[in-house]
Amino acid sequence: MRILPQPDNELIVISVLINGSTQYFEHPLSIADLIQKMELGGKRIALERNGEIVPRSQFNQQQIAHGDKLEIVVAVGGG
Amino acid sequence: MTHDSLMIAGKTYHSRLLVGTGKYKDFSETKAAVEASGAEIITIAIRRSNIGQNPNEPNLLEILPPAKYTLLPNTAGCYSADDAVRTLRLARELLDGHSLVKLEVLGDPQSLYPNVVETISAAKTLVSEGFQVMVYTSDDPIVAKQLEDLGCVAIMPLASLIGSGMGILNPWNLQLIMERVRVPVLVDAGVGTASDAAIAMELGCHGVLMNTAIAAAKNPVLMASAMKLAVEAGRAAYLAGRMPKKLYSAIPSSPTGGLIN
Repeated sequence: MRILPQPDNELIVISVLINGSTQYFEHPLSIADLIQKMELGGKRIALERNGEIVPRSQFNQQQIAHGDKLEIVVAVGGG
Repeated sequence: MTHDSLMIAGKTYHSRLLVGTGKYKDFSETKAAVEASGAEIITIAIRRSNIGQNPNEPNLLEILPPAKYTLLPNTAGCYSADDAVRTLRLARELLDGHSLVKLEVLGDPQSLYPNVVETISAAKTLVSEGFQVMVYTSDDPIVAKQLEDLGCVAIMPLASLIGSGMGILNPWNLQLIMERVRVPVLVDAGVGTASDAAIAMELGCHGVLMNTAIAAAKNPVLMASAMKLAVEAGRAAYLAGRMPKKLYSAIPSSPTGGLIN
Protein backbone atom coordinates (compact mmCIF):
# COMPACT_ATOMS: atom_id res chain seq x y z
CA MET A 1 0.00 0.00 0.00
CA ARG A 2 1.25 3.42 -0.91
CA ILE A 3 0.84 6.36 1.43
CA LEU A 4 0.06 9.50 -0.48
CA PRO A 5 1.57 12.68 0.94
CA GLN A 6 -0.92 14.96 2.60
CA PRO A 7 -1.06 18.55 1.33
CA ASP A 8 0.06 19.99 4.70
CA ASN A 9 3.22 17.89 5.03
CA GLU A 10 4.03 17.42 1.42
CA LEU A 11 7.76 17.43 0.72
CA ILE A 12 8.28 19.98 -1.99
CA VAL A 13 11.11 19.11 -4.30
CA ILE A 14 12.18 21.69 -6.81
CA SER A 15 14.54 20.60 -9.51
CA VAL A 16 16.53 23.27 -11.32
CA LEU A 17 19.13 23.00 -14.06
CA ILE A 18 22.06 25.18 -13.03
CA ASN A 19 24.98 25.55 -15.44
CA GLY A 20 23.99 22.29 -17.07
CA SER A 21 23.69 20.22 -13.90
CA THR A 22 20.46 19.35 -12.09
CA GLN A 23 20.14 20.56 -8.50
CA TYR A 24 17.34 19.71 -6.05
CA PHE A 25 15.86 21.91 -3.34
CA GLU A 26 13.33 20.88 -0.71
CA HIS A 27 11.82 24.30 -0.16
CA PRO A 28 10.86 27.23 -2.32
CA LEU A 29 13.68 29.72 -2.54
CA SER A 30 14.54 33.05 -4.11
CA ILE A 31 17.46 33.61 -6.45
CA ALA A 32 19.22 35.41 -3.59
CA ASP A 33 18.79 32.29 -1.39
CA LEU A 34 20.11 30.10 -4.16
CA ILE A 35 23.19 32.26 -4.58
CA GLN A 36 23.92 31.95 -0.85
CA LYS A 37 23.49 28.17 -1.02
CA MET A 38 25.88 28.02 -3.97
CA GLU A 39 28.43 30.00 -1.92
CA LEU A 40 28.41 32.73 -4.55
CA GLY A 41 27.26 35.48 -2.18
CA GLY A 42 29.21 38.71 -2.67
CA LYS A 43 30.84 37.43 -5.86
CA ARG A 44 30.59 39.27 -9.12
CA ILE A 45 28.27 37.10 -11.19
CA ALA A 46 25.58 37.48 -13.81
CA LEU A 47 22.56 35.24 -13.96
CA GLU A 48 20.26 34.17 -16.75
CA ARG A 49 16.97 32.46 -16.00
CA ASN A 50 15.27 30.58 -18.84
CA GLY A 51 17.20 32.66 -21.36
CA GLU A 52 16.49 36.06 -19.77
CA ILE A 53 18.96 38.12 -17.74
CA VAL A 54 17.86 38.65 -14.14
CA PRO A 55 19.23 41.97 -12.84
CA ARG A 56 20.94 41.73 -9.45
CA SER A 57 18.34 44.10 -8.05
CA GLN A 58 15.68 41.41 -8.59
CA PHE A 59 17.51 38.51 -6.90
CA ASN A 60 15.51 38.95 -3.69
CA GLN A 61 12.11 39.14 -5.36
CA GLN A 62 12.35 36.36 -7.93
CA GLN A 63 11.46 32.88 -6.71
CA ILE A 64 13.01 29.82 -8.30
CA ALA A 65 10.41 27.61 -9.98
CA HIS A 66 10.53 23.87 -10.63
CA GLY A 67 12.08 23.23 -14.04
CA ASP A 68 13.93 26.55 -14.24
CA LYS A 69 17.08 26.64 -16.30
CA LEU A 70 19.75 28.94 -14.87
CA GLU A 71 23.12 30.04 -16.13
CA ILE A 72 25.47 31.71 -13.66
CA VAL A 73 28.60 33.24 -15.16
CA VAL A 74 31.78 34.98 -14.03
CA ALA A 75 34.65 36.77 -15.73
CA VAL A 76 37.67 34.58 -16.52
CA GLY A 77 40.92 35.10 -18.40
CA GLY A 78 40.53 35.22 -22.15
CA GLY A 79 41.90 36.83 -25.29
CA MET B 1 53.79 61.91 -29.15
CA THR B 2 51.93 63.27 -26.14
CA HIS B 3 48.84 64.16 -28.20
CA ASP B 4 48.82 60.93 -30.16
CA SER B 5 46.05 59.05 -28.47
CA LEU B 6 43.69 56.31 -29.55
CA MET B 7 40.01 57.19 -29.52
CA ILE B 8 37.48 54.37 -29.38
CA ALA B 9 33.76 55.08 -29.00
CA GLY B 10 34.50 58.58 -27.72
CA LYS B 11 37.00 57.53 -25.05
CA THR B 12 40.69 58.35 -25.24
CA TYR B 13 43.42 55.82 -24.55
CA HIS B 14 47.15 56.40 -24.35
CA SER B 15 48.20 52.82 -25.01
CA ARG B 16 47.64 51.27 -28.43
CA LEU B 17 48.35 47.79 -27.13
CA LEU B 18 45.34 45.78 -25.99
CA VAL B 19 45.97 42.49 -24.23
CA GLY B 20 44.10 39.34 -23.36
CA THR B 21 44.15 37.62 -19.99
CA GLY B 22 44.00 33.96 -21.03
CA LYS B 23 46.61 31.18 -20.94
CA TYR B 24 48.69 32.54 -18.03
CA LYS B 25 49.93 30.12 -15.40
CA ASP B 26 48.24 32.02 -12.58
CA PHE B 27 46.66 35.36 -11.74
CA SER B 28 49.90 36.86 -10.45
CA GLU B 29 51.52 36.25 -13.85
CA THR B 30 48.44 37.69 -15.57
CA LYS B 31 48.67 40.81 -13.44
CA ALA B 32 52.43 41.26 -13.94
CA ALA B 33 52.15 40.81 -17.72
CA VAL B 34 49.20 43.19 -18.03
CA GLU B 35 51.08 45.81 -16.00
CA ALA B 36 54.26 45.38 -18.07
CA SER B 37 52.27 45.76 -21.30
CA GLY B 38 50.95 49.16 -20.27
CA ALA B 39 47.60 48.18 -21.78
CA GLU B 40 44.48 50.05 -20.70
CA ILE B 41 41.98 47.83 -22.50
CA ILE B 42 42.00 44.23 -21.31
CA THR B 43 39.93 41.40 -22.77
CA ILE B 44 38.16 38.92 -20.54
CA ALA B 45 35.97 35.90 -21.22
CA ILE B 46 32.60 34.99 -19.72
CA ARG B 47 32.20 31.43 -18.46
CA ARG B 48 29.97 29.36 -16.22
CA SER B 49 30.76 29.82 -12.55
CA ASN B 50 31.82 26.93 -10.37
CA ILE B 51 28.83 26.21 -8.21
CA GLY B 52 30.04 25.66 -4.68
CA GLN B 53 33.09 23.52 -5.49
CA ASN B 54 35.64 26.24 -4.87
CA PRO B 55 34.09 29.10 -2.91
CA ASN B 56 37.39 30.81 -2.12
CA GLU B 57 38.74 30.74 -5.65
CA PRO B 58 40.09 34.20 -6.53
CA ASN B 59 38.18 36.21 -9.12
CA LEU B 60 39.88 37.77 -12.13
CA LEU B 61 38.12 41.07 -11.46
CA GLU B 62 39.84 41.31 -8.07
CA ILE B 63 43.20 41.10 -9.86
CA LEU B 64 42.20 43.47 -12.69
CA PRO B 65 39.68 45.86 -11.18
CA PRO B 66 37.18 47.47 -13.58
CA ALA B 67 37.95 50.83 -11.96
CA LYS B 68 41.55 50.63 -13.20
CA TYR B 69 41.15 49.01 -16.63
CA THR B 70 38.66 49.16 -19.46
CA LEU B 71 37.49 45.57 -19.50
CA LEU B 72 36.54 44.22 -22.87
CA PRO B 73 34.38 41.11 -22.54
CA ASN B 74 34.72 38.80 -25.52
CA THR B 75 32.62 36.09 -27.11
CA ALA B 76 35.43 33.57 -27.55
CA GLY B 77 34.06 30.10 -28.04
CA CYS B 78 30.84 31.31 -29.67
CA TYR B 79 29.99 29.80 -33.05
CA SER B 80 26.63 31.49 -33.62
CA ALA B 81 25.28 35.02 -33.48
CA ASP B 82 22.76 33.97 -30.82
CA ASP B 83 25.43 32.60 -28.47
CA ALA B 84 27.59 35.70 -28.92
CA VAL B 85 24.70 38.09 -28.21
CA ARG B 86 23.65 36.07 -25.17
CA THR B 87 27.20 36.06 -23.81
CA LEU B 88 27.55 39.82 -24.14
CA ARG B 89 24.19 40.51 -22.52
CA LEU B 90 25.45 38.52 -19.53
CA ALA B 91 28.75 40.43 -19.69
CA ARG B 92 26.93 43.76 -19.60
CA GLU B 93 25.02 42.67 -16.51
CA LEU B 94 28.22 41.34 -14.92
CA LEU B 95 30.04 44.63 -15.52
CA ASP B 96 27.22 46.92 -14.35
CA GLY B 97 26.01 48.11 -17.73
CA HIS B 98 29.43 48.42 -19.41
CA SER B 99 28.74 48.44 -23.15
CA LEU B 100 32.16 48.25 -24.87
CA VAL B 101 32.59 44.66 -26.05
CA LYS B 102 34.66 42.48 -28.34
CA LEU B 103 32.52 40.47 -30.72
CA GLU B 104 33.98 37.36 -32.27
CA VAL B 105 31.97 34.60 -33.85
CA LEU B 106 34.12 31.68 -34.87
CA GLY B 107 33.74 29.42 -37.86
CA ASP B 108 35.36 26.20 -36.75
CA PRO B 109 37.29 24.96 -33.72
CA GLN B 110 40.44 23.99 -35.64
CA SER B 111 41.19 27.32 -37.29
CA LEU B 112 39.13 29.67 -35.09
CA TYR B 113 38.63 31.59 -38.33
CA PRO B 114 35.79 34.13 -38.01
CA ASN B 115 32.36 33.33 -39.39
CA VAL B 116 31.61 36.71 -40.93
CA VAL B 117 27.95 35.95 -41.73
CA GLU B 118 27.19 35.23 -38.07
CA THR B 119 29.46 38.10 -37.01
CA ILE B 120 27.51 40.62 -39.09
CA SER B 121 24.21 39.26 -37.77
CA ALA B 122 25.38 39.51 -34.14
CA ALA B 123 26.84 42.98 -34.71
CA LYS B 124 23.48 44.27 -35.97
CA THR B 125 21.67 42.99 -32.89
CA LEU B 126 24.30 44.29 -30.48
CA VAL B 127 24.43 47.75 -32.04
CA SER B 128 20.62 47.95 -31.89
CA GLU B 129 20.81 47.09 -28.16
CA GLY B 130 23.26 49.91 -27.47
CA PHE B 131 26.50 47.92 -27.31
CA GLN B 132 29.72 49.53 -28.54
CA VAL B 133 31.11 46.74 -30.65
CA MET B 134 34.77 46.18 -31.40
CA VAL B 135 34.61 43.40 -33.92
CA TYR B 136 37.05 40.61 -34.71
CA THR B 137 36.81 39.71 -38.37
CA SER B 138 38.65 38.35 -41.37
CA ASP B 139 40.89 40.69 -43.37
CA ASP B 140 38.19 41.11 -46.03
CA PRO B 141 37.95 44.86 -46.77
CA ILE B 142 34.33 44.67 -47.95
CA VAL B 143 33.19 42.90 -44.79
CA ALA B 144 35.20 45.38 -42.70
CA LYS B 145 33.37 48.28 -44.37
CA GLN B 146 29.99 46.62 -43.84
CA LEU B 147 30.78 46.17 -40.14
CA GLU B 148 31.68 49.83 -39.88
CA ASP B 149 28.52 50.88 -41.74
CA LEU B 150 26.28 48.96 -39.38
CA GLY B 151 27.79 50.77 -36.41
CA CYS B 152 30.82 48.91 -35.04
CA VAL B 153 33.22 51.23 -33.18
CA ALA B 154 36.44 49.42 -34.17
CA ILE B 155 37.32 46.88 -36.84
CA MET B 156 39.76 44.20 -35.74
CA PRO B 157 40.98 42.03 -38.61
CA LEU B 158 43.19 39.03 -38.02
CA ALA B 159 46.83 39.22 -39.10
CA SER B 160 46.89 35.42 -39.12
CA LEU B 161 44.95 32.75 -37.21
CA ILE B 162 44.30 33.08 -33.47
CA GLY B 163 47.17 31.61 -31.48
CA SER B 164 49.25 30.86 -34.59
CA GLY B 165 51.98 33.47 -34.05
CA MET B 166 52.39 33.58 -37.85
CA GLY B 167 52.54 37.37 -37.97
CA ILE B 168 51.06 39.61 -40.64
CA LEU B 169 50.40 37.39 -43.64
CA ASN B 170 48.53 39.89 -45.79
CA PRO B 171 49.61 43.48 -45.17
CA TRP B 172 47.94 44.53 -48.43
CA ASN B 173 44.49 43.57 -47.18
CA LEU B 174 45.09 45.47 -43.95
CA GLN B 175 45.91 48.51 -46.09
CA LEU B 176 42.74 48.06 -48.13
CA ILE B 177 40.75 47.96 -44.89
CA MET B 178 42.44 51.08 -43.52
CA GLU B 179 41.74 52.96 -46.74
CA ARG B 180 38.04 52.18 -46.51
CA VAL B 181 37.27 52.35 -42.82
CA ARG B 182 37.11 55.52 -40.67
CA VAL B 183 36.81 53.91 -37.24
CA PRO B 184 40.00 52.54 -35.63
CA VAL B 185 41.48 49.40 -37.20
CA LEU B 186 43.28 47.11 -34.78
CA VAL B 187 45.12 43.94 -35.66
CA ASP B 188 43.64 41.19 -33.53
CA ALA B 189 45.21 37.73 -33.64
CA GLY B 190 48.31 36.30 -35.23
CA VAL B 191 51.05 38.47 -33.76
CA GLY B 192 53.96 36.24 -32.71
CA THR B 193 56.72 38.55 -31.62
CA ALA B 194 57.58 42.21 -31.19
CA SER B 195 58.49 42.86 -34.84
CA ASP B 196 55.01 41.69 -35.94
CA ALA B 197 53.42 44.28 -33.66
CA ALA B 198 55.78 46.97 -34.93
CA ILE B 199 54.95 46.10 -38.56
CA ALA B 200 51.22 46.32 -37.84
CA MET B 201 51.70 49.78 -36.38
CA GLU B 202 54.03 50.89 -39.20
CA LEU B 203 51.30 49.94 -41.67
CA GLY B 204 49.08 52.49 -39.93
CA CYS B 205 46.95 50.24 -37.77
CA HIS B 206 45.55 52.14 -34.80
CA GLY B 207 46.38 49.41 -32.33
CA VAL B 208 47.16 45.75 -31.75
CA LEU B 209 45.32 43.23 -29.61
CA MET B 210 47.17 40.11 -28.53
CA ASN B 211 47.12 37.36 -25.95
CA THR B 212 49.07 34.24 -26.90
CA ALA B 213 52.17 36.10 -28.11
CA ILE B 214 52.67 37.31 -24.55
CA ALA B 215 51.19 34.45 -22.53
CA ALA B 216 52.98 31.70 -24.47
CA ALA B 217 56.40 33.40 -24.41
CA LYS B 218 58.99 31.74 -22.17
CA ASN B 219 59.05 34.94 -20.15
CA PRO B 220 55.60 36.50 -20.56
CA VAL B 221 56.31 39.60 -18.48
CA LEU B 222 59.41 40.43 -20.50
CA MET B 223 57.52 39.82 -23.75
CA ALA B 224 54.74 42.12 -22.53
CA SER B 225 57.24 44.95 -22.12
CA ALA B 226 58.76 44.12 -25.53
CA MET B 227 55.31 44.41 -27.10
CA LYS B 228 54.72 47.74 -25.40
CA LEU B 229 57.96 49.08 -26.89
CA ALA B 230 57.23 47.55 -30.31
CA VAL B 231 53.79 49.14 -30.54
CA GLU B 232 55.21 52.51 -29.48
CA ALA B 233 58.13 52.22 -31.90
CA GLY B 234 55.91 51.11 -34.78
CA ARG B 235 53.49 53.95 -34.17
CA ALA B 236 56.30 56.53 -34.00
CA ALA B 237 57.79 55.17 -37.23
CA TYR B 238 54.38 55.40 -38.93
CA LEU B 239 53.94 59.01 -37.80
CA ALA B 240 57.52 59.86 -38.76
CA GLY B 241 56.94 58.54 -42.29
CA ARG B 242 59.47 56.07 -43.52
CA MET B 243 61.92 56.73 -46.35
CA PRO B 244 60.98 55.18 -49.66
CA LYS B 245 62.40 51.78 -50.49
CA LYS B 246 64.71 51.70 -53.50
CA LEU B 247 67.25 49.23 -54.76
CA TYR B 248 70.10 51.73 -54.42
CA SER B 249 70.37 55.50 -54.06
CA ALA B 250 73.86 56.50 -55.24
CA ILE B 251 73.66 59.26 -52.59
CA PRO B 252 75.99 58.35 -49.71
CA SER B 253 75.15 59.44 -46.19
CA SER B 254 78.58 61.03 -45.77
CA PRO B 255 79.77 64.16 -47.62
CA THR B 256 81.10 63.51 -51.11
CA GLY B 257 83.59 66.39 -50.87
CA GLY B 258 86.67 66.75 -48.67
CA LEU B 259 87.94 63.28 -49.30
CA ILE B 260 91.69 62.78 -48.82
CA ASN B 261 93.45 61.63 -51.97
